[in-house]
Amino acid sequence: MLTAVTVLTGLSLALAAVLIATERLVPERGDDAVERIERLLPRIQCAQCGYPGCRPYAEAIWNGDAEINRCPPGGESTIRALADLLGREPRPLDTSLGQASMDRVARVDESLCIGCNLCSRACPVDAIVGLPHRMHTVLTRLCTGCELCVPPCPVDCIELVPRHG
Amino acid sequence: MSEPEFRTPAASPRRFDTAAAPHTPPMRSVPQIMRRVLYALVPAALAYTWFFGFGLLVNFAIAAAAALATEAAILTLRRRPVRRALRDCSALVTAALLAFALPPLLPWWIPALGGFVSIALAKQLYGGLGKNVFNPAMVSYALLLLSFPIQMTQWLPPRMGDLDYAPLDIVEQVRYSLLDELPPGSTVDAYTRATPLDQIKEGLREQRSFREMSASSMIGTFGGIGWEWVNSFVALGGIYLLYAGIIRWQIPVATLAGLAAPALLLHLVDPARFASLTFHLFSGAAMLGAFFIATDPVSAAATDRGRLIFGASIGFLIYAIRTWGGYPDGVAFAVLLMNAAVPLIDRYTRPRIYGHGER
Amino acid sequence: MVDVTLERYLTGGIRLLANKTASTEEPILRDIVPPQLVIALHQHGGASAIPIVKVGQDVAKGEPIAIPESPPSAGVHASSSGRVRAIETRLIPTGKRLRESLCIVLDTDGEDRPFDPGPAGAWPQGREARLERVRSAGIAGLGGAAFPTATKLERVAGRCKTLIVNGAECEPYISCDDMLMREAPAEIVSGALEMADLVGAPLCIIAIERDKPRALHAIRDAAITAADPRLKVCEIPTVYPAGGERQLIELLTGDEVPSGAFPYAIGYVCQNVGTAYALHRLATRGEPVTSRIVTVTGGGVDRPRNVEAPIGTPIGYLVERCGGYRDDVVRLIHGGSMMGYTLPSDDIPITKATSCIIAATSGEIRQSYEEWACIRCGDCATACPARLQPQELLVAATARDFDALESLGLDDCIECGCCDVVCPSHIVLTDRFRHAKRLYAEHARRLALSAEAELRHKRREQRLRLSEEGSRAAQEALKAKLRADNEARRKAIAAAVERARQRKRRDVQP
Repeated sequence: MLTAVTVLTGLSLALAAVLIATERLVPERGDDAVERIERLLPRIQCAQCGYPGCRPYAEAIWNGDAEINRCPPGGESTIRALADLLGREPRPLDTSLGQASMDRVARVDESLCIGCNLCSRACPVDAIVGLPHRMHTVLTRLCTGCELCVPPCPVDCIELVPRHG
Repeated sequence: MSEPEFRTPAASPRRFDTAAAPHTPPMRSVPQIMRRVLYALVPAALAYTWFFGFGLLVNFAIAAAAALATEAAILTLRRRPVRRALRDCSALVTAALLAFALPPLLPWWIPALGGFVSIALAKQLYGGLGKNVFNPAMVSYALLLLSFPIQMTQWLPPRMGDLDYAPLDIVEQVRYSLLDELPPGSTVDAYTRATPLDQIKEGLREQRSFREMSASSMIGTFGGIGWEWVNSFVALGGIYLLYAGIIRWQIPVATLAGLAAPALLLHLVDPARFASLTFHLFSGAAMLGAFFIATDPVSAAATDRGRLIFGASIGFLIYAIRTWGGYPDGVAFAVLLMNAAVPLIDRYTRPRIYGHGER
Repeated sequence: MVDVTLERYLTGGIRLLANKTASTEEPILRDIVPPQLVIALHQHGGASAIPIVKVGQDVAKGEPIAIPESPPSAGVHASSSGRVRAIETRLIPTGKRLRESLCIVLDTDGEDRPFDPGPAGAWPQGREARLERVRSAGIAGLGGAAFPTATKLERVAGRCKTLIVNGAECEPYISCDDMLMREAPAEIVSGALEMADLVGAPLCIIAIERDKPRALHAIRDAAITAADPRLKVCEIPTVYPAGGERQLIELLTGDEVPSGAFPYAIGYVCQNVGTAYALHRLATRGEPVTSRIVTVTGGGVDRPRNVEAPIGTPIGYLVERCGGYRDDVVRLIHGGSMMGYTLPSDDIPITKATSCIIAATSGEIRQSYEEWACIRCGDCATACPARLQPQELLVAATARDFDALESLGLDDCIECGCCDVVCPSHIVLTDRFRHAKRLYAEHARRLALSAEAELRHKRREQRLRLSEEGSRAAQEALKAKLRADNEARRKAIAAAVERARQRKRRDVQP
């Protein structure tokens, strides 16, 4: 029995040593990891997570500074994908952050638009076209529903409407 | 005939309910399949009862009662529909297979525990029907065998010609089961014998030749004495299942082939040290395993190629455990081992999808 | 030798009760004209046709009432003579589902006056002109999908290995092709050869299922009479869904249509016998599509049969012409019993996609939708004609695992329904897959939007950076220029001051 115990203990210690050694030997590819995290995010740069873009949020997740449930447009599927990738517990979406959704698009009420161009400058994907002092409009196909154009509008003429139907 | 006035449907359209395609009614159902499996076991049950007494039926009754009660209780706890689940007869099939695996002379709490374990641990704990990884009957058999080795190896000799046979009738059987009482003046040892597989294994270990043992009373015409007929009737039931389309040919054929190939080969190489082909095919639970146990759809491989691999491996493992392993019959462990390999087998034996990849 | 024997067999598929006897006992009912027609403009695949008539206008049978949009599209014609009552949006049946479409509502005058197209009705010379005529004449696939035939033929023209004419009609209840083949085999053969000419096919195979001996006989005779070396007739086994385009191609030729592609990619084209018949009528008589054969059947119809129905006939009218409903009818199905969809009411008009109407009784159709858990029996995989693993697809679909769905080939599911019918647990697999396809398409759209957003964001950052750098560079250049200008001016002023001082000194000197 003593032999059995010794052998098994020895075997376990040896295997543990091998595992630790291989983990140390494999280089830590931090950049790669951030890329992989970012690829799971919607990349619409809405900043509702509290970070100025999807890349900064991905970096914060990797550094452990941010929770994985802070992305409203990503929703449940993004949380689950991040949880799978990182081996963390999925948790419900933090609904206090915002309502941005890729199922909605922005719409400019042309009758109220004053052509100040502030919304166009705010759009992270250049989906709003319009010359200064002329009417502006949202290119629906390119709009991601990030809502960044809504706060800058001084006449409050932008609303979010469903993408389909 | 004058032209009748035809209604313009727009004025008074007739309305209908809607439903999703396809509208053709399904061809079969789960309860139907389970019932047919039970019917296919009837010839085997008759043969078994003829040779070994009513123990099978007593054990089945107890195991089935325990299984159904367990299923009802757990489903109630899980807040699932109970009557529907019980009606699908899957618990009865599990109890039947377990009853065939158990020795006939047992105290009642062993088949009861078996029924409970097979449903609670091996089926409901995994999520219920369709979700278990391991064959429930085999899980409970293995657990009982490991926990109660003495009771689980006290088999009865068959009712055959000149063997000294001390039969128990049904009343005595029930009395033993429920009250642990035997006819006055006798002990358990008076009734029990090792199975042919067990005896042959012991004999080979003691360097006795297989041919010499074949001539003895342990081996019948082609298989283990008494057991050869039970296996034959099991096979008959299995052929009925094939004919009725309840099981596919891949698993039974592959299992028997996997068992037959090494048996034939090694027996030809050294007929004294290795048991014959027919002995292996018609002893123990070989036929039951090939047609009824390995074919349990939930725990078996799901692709045709996978089934061949699954069956052949089980056959080979049965032979290996019987010949070199620690137990006289290896069906249960062989099946359980291959159950564990099923996800892997399924993953790598998927057929090429139409329109994908190179031919 | 006109017959070819089949060397292959179909993997998967199931044998079903045909339920076609009831509707094939009487000849096709012809010359029926309902009091009102609702002719849809978007009843075919591709773009909706554009109306060219006005409300109140009188039209004759076969007169064009809508012209094709940019391809794929097809023209639409008046199915009978009468007056345009309205042009409005109505619910119409297309190949896969009900859809809203602009429709021309026609009050018929009962005379069925034909339209004389004049010289425009002649069959032109040259492939392109003929295909244009096919398009404007409204010919669309009459096998049930109603895809514009002109586009389908154009895509394969000049590189067609084999034209397959589909007379399989494998789905239960549908018998319109069978009756058409019995009654008009010479026209079908002629139309098939016309198609072969249009696409330049060296081989034309007419495939007919074994359970249609009369149709086989008729087509065989017509083919022998036609004596065209390209023409072959092939008897195929009675298995559902042998008549599916992809399955038929594999069965006849051994080639597989690559996933995500269409048969024209590998040089094949499949056309229904009804489409061949329509082409023949166009080429020989200049007739556009104004009617089609519809099987009106099911236990809920008093006298089931096939009807040559004008396009736009309300379904309820067709049923009335076939003896009306029986009391125990419970469901109305557009199409066959496997892939057809249910209709909420019978005032819906038929389109070119309507091959069959089933008025079903409760005994004929699936009644209960109660399911058990999947017991992994694998019968679904055995039955799947696309060689998929429906049980694994079910797990992936339930888990919304889009990567798994893609690798398991969800896109290759043809929604034939075989898996549903063989499943002992009665799981509605096909509908789950339909739903999963929708979710998957949304998921793919979202991924594409994300990728595009990422790209546009990067470009925008680049643009802003460049313009900032550009503006800084411009500022530097401006500053340098101003400095240089100032320098130059300062020098000029200093030089002028010096010159002035010099002059003053000369003036002062005696």
